[in-house]
Amino acid sequence: MDLISASAVNWSRAQFALTAGYHWLFVPLTIGLGLIMAVMESLYVKTGDEKWKTVATFWQKIFGINFAIGVATGIILEFQFGTNWSNYSWFVGDIFGAPLAIEGILAFFLEATFISIMFFGWNRVSKKMHLTSTWLVFIGASLSAFWILVANAWMQYPTGMEFNPETVRNEMVDFWAVTCSPVAYNKFLHTTFSCWAVGAAFVVAVSGWYLLKKRHTDFACRSIRIGSLVGLVAFVMLAVTGDGSAYHVAQKQPMKLAAMEGLYEGKEGAGLVAMGMLNPAKQAYNDETDPYIFKIELPKLLSLLGYRNIHAFVPGITDIVDGGYTLSDGTTALSFRERKERGELAIRALADYQTAREQERDADAANQESILRENYAHFGYGYLDTAEDLIPNVPLTFYSFHLMVMIGVYFILFFLVMLYYTGKKDLHNSRWLQYVALWSLPLAYLASQLGWVVAEVGRQPWTIQDILPVQAASSAISSHNVVTTFILFAVLFTGLLVAEVTIMVKQIKKGPEPAAQEKVSHPQG
Amino acid sequence: MSLLAGVLVFLLFVQGGQSMLHSLSRKEDEKKLLVNALGRKWEYTFTTLVTFGGAFFASFPLFYSTSFGGAYWAWMILLFCFVLQAVSYEFQSKPGNIFGTTTYRIFLFINGLLGTFLLGVIVATFFTGSEFTVGKGNIAGLGVAGPVISQWQNPLHGLELLADLRNLSLGFAVLFLARTLANLFFVNRLNHEVLEQRSRKFVLFNGLPFVIFFLIFLVQILIADGYAVNLATQEIYLEQMKYLHNFIDMPVIMALFLLGVATVLYGIIRTVFDSDFKGGIWFSGAGTIVTVTMLLLVAGYNHTAYYPSSVDLQSSLTLQNSSSSEFTLSVMAVVSLLVPVVAAYIFYAWRALERKKLSLEELHSDGHAY
Repeated sequence: MDLISASAVNWSRAQFALTAGYHWLFVPLTIGLGLIMAVMESLYVKTGDEKWKTVATFWQKIFGINFAIGVATGIILEFQFGTNWSNYSWFVGDIFGAPLAIEGILAFFLEATFISIMFFGWNRVSKKMHLTSTWLVFIGASLSAFWILVANAWMQYPTGMEFNPETVRNEMVDFWAVTCSPVAYNKFLHTTFSCWAVGAAFVVAVSGWYLLKKRHTDFACRSIRIGSLVGLVAFVMLAVTGDGSAYHVAQKQPMKLAAMEGLYEGKEGAGLVAMGMLNPAKQAYNDETDPYIFKIELPKLLSLLGYRNIHAFVPGITDIVDGGYTLSDGTTALSFRERKERGELAIRALADYQTAREQERDADAANQESILRENYAHFGYGYLDTAEDLIPNVPLTFYSFHLMVMIGVYFILFFLVMLYYTGKKDLHNSRWLQYVALWSLPLAYLASQLGWVVAEVGRQPWTIQDILPVQAASSAISSHNVVTTFILFAVLFTGLLVAEVTIMVKQIKKGPEPAAQEKVSHPQG
Repeated sequence: MSLLAGVLVFLLFVQGGQSMLHSLSRKEDEKKLLVNALGRKWEYTFTTLVTFGGAFFASFPLFYSTSFGGAYWAWMILLFCFVLQAVSYEFQSKPGNIFGTTTYRIFLFINGLLGTFLLGVIVATFFTGSEFTVGKGNIAGLGVAGPVISQWQNPLHGLELLADLRNLSLGFAVLFLARTLANLFFVNRLNHEVLEQRSRKFVLFNGLPFVIFFLIFLVQILIADGYAVNLATQEIYLEQMKYLHNFIDMPVIMALFLLGVATVLYGIIRTVFDSDFKGGIWFSGAGTIVTVTMLLLVAGYNHTAYYPSSVDLQSSLTLQNSSSSEFTLSVMAVVSLLVPVVAAYIFYAWRALERKKLSLEELHSDGHAY
């Protein structure tokens, strides 16, 4: 079957990656800072200490600058499913659209409504109502993340649906299976903690800069205390939920796990690569070249993390392509070739079903429907040409994963040290630590982006795992249209990013303004 | 969906106001006041647009895939305008703003002008049709032009919509309606005598073209052929004066439509002629919601194809062939039960922030100004 032009598909992918990547620069700070400023304002309301109000209002200002650009970059993502992934929109819109609509109704309005009170309500509502509004902004942002991650998780682990050959689409049959899938809630927790992590790293970095400049030191120490605590909790929980993610990836997306680990030949009791370098000479999955130049492996750990059994067999890329190994349910894994044949059978059965229905040959239609159902689990394979189409970009997935994990481990140590120095040692005079705090910030953003690279690059070629590859999901639009919008968005978003950073830097240089009451008691500021 | 669209069109008063920042104000203080009055509401419009998109995806996925993937440029330019808006309030007066305040106000102007106009043009195609085909079997290899289910037949991908006078009429009608509503909002909201007087005049200047363009559109669609659905065969055919027939066949909808139009006009006329009257926004706003809701019901009810294809009648989208499954619609219906809760807290927040009219003094005391 003629597929959509590869160029249009690739540009659509690039455009989605560009807009999602930019969006994800801002969302983590919105959610992470949302929590931190809500905690700070709670301390103000609880203690009545005006200095906490100064701290909270400063971070709210920063939040506002970041929030605006997060909103700006987000609107494109939702509509892009329609503009660039038209087939996808019909094929799974019955399931995928619902979380997006619920996100709008339950989360966006909550966030948009109470953010107004948070910004403009200090003199118009009571202290407690203002605090409630600040918390609701954080809850709204988190709820929004929840619904969008439910949608994303469903793409990686489609569940709670049934294919309807009459309407040629997948239809939802179990809302709770979609909403409460283990992949969804693990993804939500992992992503949310990553947002807290970025928020915490940001607060600690900015505060570290104030300490370096010996300005607003009380403000900085208060911020570091809260930021470090949130940061430590976030990174520890990222490790816990990361383990959950690895487990689900092993069960549901074994090719992604193999790419994350650069594992070509599967084995029992597989080790986890702690550090390694891939061999660029390896050109094909079956070319016998050693995939590594070097690696340091933790024995048995990959089997343990992926299958909760140190002796379990972890399939490599070659095993997944060739099949023949035993799956956890006792059945034998099919090869790519077999799955492709069954996928083509399913697609042909759908075509024949449609024709039979049109010609009112009901018995034939029923027969084709039964063939389709029998082979539907392999439907997407029918659109792939070669086994190579099934393999994601291994180096990008591998390095992204390992770098992300290394940064995570670094941050656990970093926040432990920060808390130690905050509590026991003199943070004011530890300039080296203040420098480390400042320069660690890019690492937090990098890890956050890398997480999505692993999740999204690692699942290629699928928009819906095993059901719909990117080649069959796109819109019928020529690539020059998409190239033009890609350039437009690249220029606009880059310009807006530069604008945001300069405004934020200026605001940070200006520093917090003491709350009115604080000014009265400390006229020097 | 129709009601949500009605609410969205009402909230476009923010865009309408943005398109008049320069013409309505003479001094920087006045501009600042206008920006801040609108800036406290822009997120409602934005959020409603995003929710509208999500709700369309969930309820009518075939519309989502056909219109968005086909009229690519119409939607992309519209979205581009809204991206510009989202940062413009927060960034325009912040120190370190490298592009300068004027740039962001130009962004707001672009959003105000194109955002409203293009939305009107796209909504008009619910009556006038677009050039697309739909073949659900394409994905299984039954189509001759590849596996994509919805295919746009015009290489301009949405820009060709601008060549239809009826589309342009509704585009301009929505633009001038948004500007009219914005003036009514300023009259109601601002504690600034000069701006209030000017806004009253602008209600007339914008209300008149709105009425003219809306009437041009209305008359054209009422006398034109419409896209009817044969109930027995589900075949789509052209019917003379279909939309007029729809009004006649659905008298309640017609009555509400006329009531909506009358209420919009009442808000406009009384604001122009009664210098003490400040509640025009509530009349015209409510009237807008009712009018738009009824107009869209006429586009889809009474066996009508709500998103017609002018090149292949049988590809036209109807409520039946393009909606989600019953199960998904039930889920959405249950979720919709929470809408009153959402409306309640929006009402609370609106009241909490709007107890006092907005003046230049208020801007400084609120702690956060644009």
